[in-house]
Amino acid sequence: MSKRIPYGQNYYPPVPTGFTKWKRISKFWQFFRFMIINLKMLRMVRKH
Amino acid sequence: MQRLLILGAGISGHTAALHAWKKLKGTHEVMVVSPNKNWNWIPSNIWVGVGFMEPKQVTFDLEKVYYKEGIHYRQAKALEIYPEGNSEHKKPCVLIEYTSEGRRGQQEFVEYDYLINSTGPKLNFNATPGLGPEHHSYSVCTYGHADETWKALQILINEMRHGQKKRIVIGTGHGTCTCQGAAFEYLFNVEYILKKEGVRHMAELYWISNEAELGDFGMGGMHIKMGGYVTHSKIFTESLYAERGIKWITQAAVKEVRDKELTYEDLDGVMHELDFDFAMLLPPFSGVGLTAKNKAGADITSELFAANGFMKVDGDYTPKEYDNWSPEDWPKSYKHPKYDNVYAIGIAFAPPHSISKPMKSKSGTPIFPTPPRTGMPSGVMAREIAFNICDRMLGNPEKATRTASMAKMGAACIASAGAGVLDGTAVSMTVYPIVPDFETFEETGRDLNFTTGEIGLAGHWIKHLLHHGFIYKAKAKPFWRLIPE
Ligand SMILES: Cc1cc2nc3c(=O)[nH]c(=O)nc-3n(C[C@H](O)[C@H](O)[C@H](O)COP(=O)(O)OP(=O)(O)OC[C@H]3O[C@@H](n4cnc5c(N)ncnc54)[C@H](O)[C@@H]3O)c2cc1C
Repeated sequence: MSKRIPYGQNYYPPVPTGFTKWKRISKFWQFFRFMIINLKMLRMVRKH
Repeated sequence: MQRLLILGAGISGHTAALHAWKKLKGTHEVMVVSPNKNWNWIPSNIWVGVGFMEPKQVTFDLEKVYYKEGIHYRQAKALEIYPEGNSEHKKPCVLIEYTSEGRRGQQEFVEYDYLINSTGPKLNFNATPGLGPEHHSYSVCTYGHADETWKALQILINEMRHGQKKRIVIGTGHGTCTCQGAAFEYLFNVEYILKKEGVRHMAELYWISNEAELGDFGMGGMHIKMGGYVTHSKIFTESLYAERGIKWITQAAVKEVRDKELTYEDLDGVMHELDFDFAMLLPPFSGVGLTAKNKAGADITSELFAANGFMKVDGDYTPKEYDNWSPEDWPKSYKHPKYDNVYAIGIAFAPPHSISKPMKSKSGTPIFPTPPRTGMPSGVMAREIAFNICDRMLGNPEKATRTASMAKMGAACIASAGAGVLDGTAVSMTVYPIVPDFETFEETGRDLNFTTGEIGLAGHWIKHLLHHGFIYKAKAKPFWRLIPE
């Protein structure tokens, strides 16, 4: 993350905590998300 | 025997050709006219632009596939449509010009019974002075552009290694650009590669775009449920930019690109200068410039095409204020209102209006994204319209009632944010419907059960899988039809 400058552009948005960032590339957690996202996409495909 | 003529072998035209051929089972002819002998999986051009893939990994020889399948192919570009025929041809026909070695420049009329225009966009770099790879900015819209861009980026990385600080600007190169998603992907892939190369601290990264807010993506953004809130994509997108240390400029129309400097106008009509060392800026899209004539030889281009060059179909093109837009404005059958054997799909059809709210600067410059027509809707339209045409060709017109309105269709999209098999990420999004429907979904215009988004490594794996899956499908290998559009 870049240094947050008070009242600057990057001061206000939420930024992920270390745990969130770790989850984003944790192989175990992401394997589970891989299944879920694929199911969501298949559900979308089946809508048409 | 009747002929279905398909102009353009991109994502939509090629999908239509394969489905039509399969359904017609050789009883009628399918012919494709397209100028480039290579088929390109365009979404992976982003990875060519950061050296993760080579052009040959995102392309294959189209002619071989068509030969194997028995689809007729002309390596040529369409020039003019004669929907009523002409003095030499009783049947409707299209004037084409060959681009293949040996026949380059030769012209020929090709007759048709049914026509699909799937010629995609013209990359209209000329709309902004100095824009594009022939001038002062780079592009990733074609695999050739992306390859050139990667070469330039490598030089830049080398200079950063030698201690030079650089400013990189990525985004849209005109006030009416679409396809923000592609520029977004390139931005985050560049950020990732700079980190990998150990030079991230030497680069100042800027996003510049015509979106009202980050996360608009030409579809007014989207709301998703997360952490107990219904939150707009602006919040998540800003979060990603803040996390990765990227500065952003929105509501900007790039007016001119010069050597290492650009001028953009904001909504107040104020002009700003921004200097850079490397810029990848998307061009606006227009139709490819097809013209049309009637039987008597009179020009009817404006009957077939809208002013932006895209083909008019069954949408409601009456000019309306944003508040009066309706999902019903969007085309359903993609059939031309007068010539009912002429269809346009993918990027080639004229949208009735944008999806994002139109905005103009005080001096009247339009600054808002035109509507995206991404891979999935292009493929779905292609399949449905091909099936309708086949039913008509096979003598079952009563079955030709399939529709593919973008206001009734969802899309799944994976936006790469760094291509690493073990540390890459991508944003995985599903959105339903693509065109918000505030009559059915009053609060956000979208079905929150089907509109989702998250970022993670899984997205990158899926993007990789889609790359191989769609190229497999486009090669018409065994069981290709099991892979959805
Ligand atoms: C860099 C980039 C990344 C993208 N990433 C994604 C993504 O991740 N996911 C996604 O869903 N979408 C993505 N898109 C959008 C996606 O590529 C388009 O939605 C899709 O290509 C549209 O398909 P199409 O068939 O309408 O047009 P195209 O795929 O552009 O095909 C048009 C075809 O027509 C041919 N043609 C042009 N002129 C003529 C003529 N005069 N006569 C005959 N043929 C002609 C062209 O050679 C081409 O073969 C991306 C786009 C870009 C530029």
